Amino acid sequence: MKKFMFVNRKAPYGTIYALESLEVVLIAATFDQDVSLVFVDDGVYELTKGQDTKGIGIKNHSKTYRALDGYDVEKLYVERESMEARGLGEDDLIVDVEVLSSTEMAALMAEQDVVLSF
Amino acid sequence: MLHIVNKSHRQTSSLASCLRLAQDGHALLLIEDGVYAATQAGAASAGLAEALKRLKVYALRPDLEARGVAAALAEGVTAVDYTGFVDLVAEHTNNQTWL
Repeated sequence: MKKFMFVNRKAPYGTIYALESLEVVLIAATFDQDVSLVFVDDGVYELTKGQDTKGIGIKNHSKTYRALDGYDVEKLYVERESMEARGLGEDDLIVDVEVLSSTEMAALMAEQDVVLSF
Repeated sequence: MLHIVNKSHRQTSSLASCLRLAQDGHALLLIEDGVYAATQAGAASAGLAEALKRLKVYALRPDLEARGVAAALAEGVTAVDYTGFVDLVAEHTNNQTWL
């Protein structure tokens, strides 16, 4: 089993990256790999509560994060610096995450076998 | 002139360039990922708090709602719907989109 990390650095709807990342995460989980999801920079916005996409005609994929534990994807990490810079706290996020400092995040990234960036 | 910005101010320099080159009295409409600059936390880091003193600033409501930030709109920013978007384009003699 390899350690796969998915690094999410983009806001949810302005580009296709956030949705594509979710698709690949689910594929990796299907192959029983050790999957971690990381949210840094604008990627933290992917997890904000209260997203309502009716007005823009795009599927609200934020609910999918809550289904990830059904696929045994339970390692979700948020960089504290990115979260706080955006005025967000853990209570503003749609799922439970582990909040890491930049130093801790760097260490986690360094120990992966495969890092995929979105 | 109406300026339109659709990128996050933390991801690209589009908004910074727009604010540097927009003249006093111009209008700025934030859409798509641009709306994060119109939130309370975003306004300070984006330089929008300063810009609000000299520009009329609007944000597209459906994009705020999609991103879960409609309730966090910064003071002084006006939320508009798609009809308001069209009105803004019609009201101004010209417009510029900062990609």
